[in-house]
Amino acid sequence: MRHLIDIQDLSVSDIGELIATANDIIENPKKYSEACRGKKLATLFFEPSTRTRLSFEAAMYELGGNVLGFSEAQSSSASKGESVADTAKVVSCYADIIAMRHPKEGAPLVASLNSTVPVINAGDGGHFHPTQTLADLLTVQREKGGFENLTVGFCGDLKFGRTVHSLISALARYPGLKVVLISPEELKLPSYVKSEVLKPAGIEYVQTTSLEEYMPQLDILYMTRVQRERFFNEEDYLRLKDSYILTPDRLKNAKDDLAIMHPLPRVNEISVEIDKDPRACYFKQVLNGKYIRMALILMLLRDAGTI
Amino acid sequence: MNIDSIKNGTVIDHIPAGRGMKLYNLLGLDRLDCPVAIIKNANSSAMGRKDIIKIDADIPVNLDIIGYVAPNVTINIIRDGVLCEKKSIGLPTTLRNVIRCKNPRCITSTEQELDHVFRLENAEERVYRCVYCDTKASAEEAEGKKG
Repeated sequence: MRHLIDIQDLSVSDIGELIATANDIIENPKKYSEACRGKKLATLFFEPSTRTRLSFEAAMYELGGNVLGFSEAQSSSASKGESVADTAKVVSCYADIIAMRHPKEGAPLVASLNSTVPVINAGDGGHFHPTQTLADLLTVQREKGGFENLTVGFCGDLKFGRTVHSLISALARYPGLKVVLISPEELKLPSYVKSEVLKPAGIEYVQTTSLEEYMPQLDILYMTRVQRERFFNEEDYLRLKDSYILTPDRLKNAKDDLAIMHPLPRVNEISVEIDKDPRACYFKQVLNGKYIRMALILMLLRDAGTI
Repeated sequence: MNIDSIKNGTVIDHIPAGRGMKLYNLLGLDRLDCPVAIIKNANSSAMGRKDIIKIDADIPVNLDIIGYVAPNVTINIIRDGVLCEKKSIGLPTTLRNVIRCKNPRCITSTEQELDHVFRLENAEERVYRCVYCDTKASAEEAEGKKG
């Protein structure tokens, strides 16, 4: 049984296939509108995440399937002390595929080891969020035509920002990547991501605290939010939360075809004035997230022989 | 028990000097009721000094624990007083319930029935990672804490 727990579970060829399917869905939505008729997606959200859950639900409905599940741990049997393993075994009896979000790292892996249907990790704490990375990859592909020879700036919380770690490791598999790491000292990219991902792949990277310094070279600027929930200390959060705010003025030396991305939700890292700039891609990312989740559901259900 | 020879059992040889007691504790040998001998600081032509553990009973020993604490040891299996098998073990590729994940955000911190499983990531530096949350555990640091 094939699951998606970590973006590294997918080969470059799998990602190519998912992107091709997503692009075909965008071009020919009607062709897929009954693809999952009679099939059920269980959304098991042990912590609230409205946008990811709605994206999965919208994806399944657009494939003609149905959705069941819960959106917080209090409304599940977890509140009675049921284990993740047992929940996965039980839900496998009701649904054809599971999307799980859980505050504990590794919970979706535990579910996948006990489930008889495919499990998709919809975010496990600060660990993995592979479908966000797939949404990012689809956006990069649609905006830039591919993944090769890109200079990508990552800005904001590079320490706790799992989407950043995940996207870097996904892009590292394509040739010609250059990375610019823009963050305050306290939120720099962890050294293990540099030593285990960037260095072995021979990827050129620079670290800077300046948002403007490398702006003219960037093909993609990936902004992130400083996440309150990742800090144990409120004072540190308040001190760092407004480190970088993208305004039209800061973009004056940027390329005309820069793609500005953000996994959302944003707080104030990107000024609303940027929303009108044609280089702003973050709402396209949301839409792309739905299409790539549709492609993923199709791939996993096909692999499982369910459709 | 004659320390020089055992009838049926296991001799764990070439344990780096000083790690014999750690291995004794991790293998839970204190809970056995058969004769067990620890020889500390024995002379060794290859190692200078070494520790040896002799277990005078035909019981299985956890090779993962041994490989994790002292990957270069030699295991000698004795049957009817004769050496019938001699094997070397390296670092195990997977550790199951040998060390525990210390990440408070890991699923193993709340679901007590789960096995703590680590996979070998870097044999040269003896680095393992929790399969659930990817938290790193190096053999050296865990040994220090377990010892």
